[in-house]
Amino acid sequence: MGTALDLLVPGIIAGVSCYGMAKKVDVYDALLQGAAKGLEILWRILPALVTLLTVVAMLRASGALELAAQALGPVLGFLGIPPETVGLMLVRPISGSAALGVGSELITTYGPDSTIGRTAAVMLGSTETTFYTIAVYFGAAGIKKTRYAVPAALCADLAGFFFAALTVGLLMG
Amino acid sequence: MAMTVIWTGMTALSLVCALALGNQGLLAPAALEGAAKAIELGISMAGVLCLWMGVMEVMQRAGLAEKLARLLHPVLRRLFPDFSGDRGVMDTIAANVSANLLGLGNAATPLGLEAARRMSRRTPGVAGDSLCMLVVCNTASIQLIPTTVAAVRMAAGCQTPFDILPAVWITSLLSVLTGITVAKLCSKFWKD
Repeated sequence: MGTALDLLVPGIIAGVSCYGMAKKVDVYDALLQGAAKGLEILWRILPALVTLLTVVAMLRASGALELAAQALGPVLGFLGIPPETVGLMLVRPISGSAALGVGSELITTYGPDSTIGRTAAVMLGSTETTFYTIAVYFGAAGIKKTRYAVPAALCADLAGFFFAALTVGLLMG
Repeated sequence: MAMTVIWTGMTALSLVCALALGNQGLLAPAALEGAAKAIELGISMAGVLCLWMGVMEVMQRAGLAEKLARLLHPVLRRLFPDFSGDRGVMDTIAANVSANLLGLGNAATPLGLEAARRMSRRTPGVAGDSLCMLVVCNTASIQLIPTTVAAVRMAAGCQTPFDILPAVWITSLLSVLTGITVAKLCSKFWKD
């Protein structure tokens, strides 16, 4: 398990490059263009990171986050979910950049290798901006009656939050 | 608009809470520090983000997305039985899902929207079972390498930012399966 993970990153980089070269792709040019796209993404998310990290720092300093975690502790604790992640779970379906902001605050505050930091990372990596996606898809297809799409999508999100805490506890505890 | 309400509510809440708990002195430095930390975080995650976006670009140009799409066909035919005979729609869905798997959000969305538009032609204005399934598949993240999250962990000082991958894969899979199961159950029992 340890060695497999050690080799994963260099393996993907070298493997993809070899595969690309075999397919006659200008690998180096593709790398540079992709990296430029990465900068564009960063440029797009930076403003949201600034606003969200500011307001979450304010909430944390005011003591509001601690109160919320205490209030919701019993319920979330029963499900095995760290109560500190409640803010992340609330904004996750609404805004992708907000969730990234709130999640990165958790990861930096509690540490990337803490249970809270890891749970936040897995939550971010395994769920999507549900309401935004639904709005875009149904808007494009001109759908008025959405039937059961919203509840089914939210069930998937809830399951994601629950299993994020569970897998972090089981695999990395 | 949603974010306006959330932002305003959070700032007001922190002010009220700080006054009630006597923490008002901590608020201003926290706000300024938070803003500064955001840029630090952004800069320290830039490298990892750029590197992985580059690797993704190579994957895309080498046709890995198409290869993945072919592998997905048998599974997708079962998820979208109403359209299993429609070559055009099935190919678009397969391309959409494989782009999502590779984390190519910019490529995935137009493909997904194209599939959604074609599906809606059969039942204008109403989301049929297959369209609901497509939306559920797209609202549940199925990304193989969560680049941005790994970049954040790296920036926060993590030596092994990708060690969450097994947990992310299992969680994504279980979350997608939950969504699919609920959608399939609803398609049987939902009364309009």
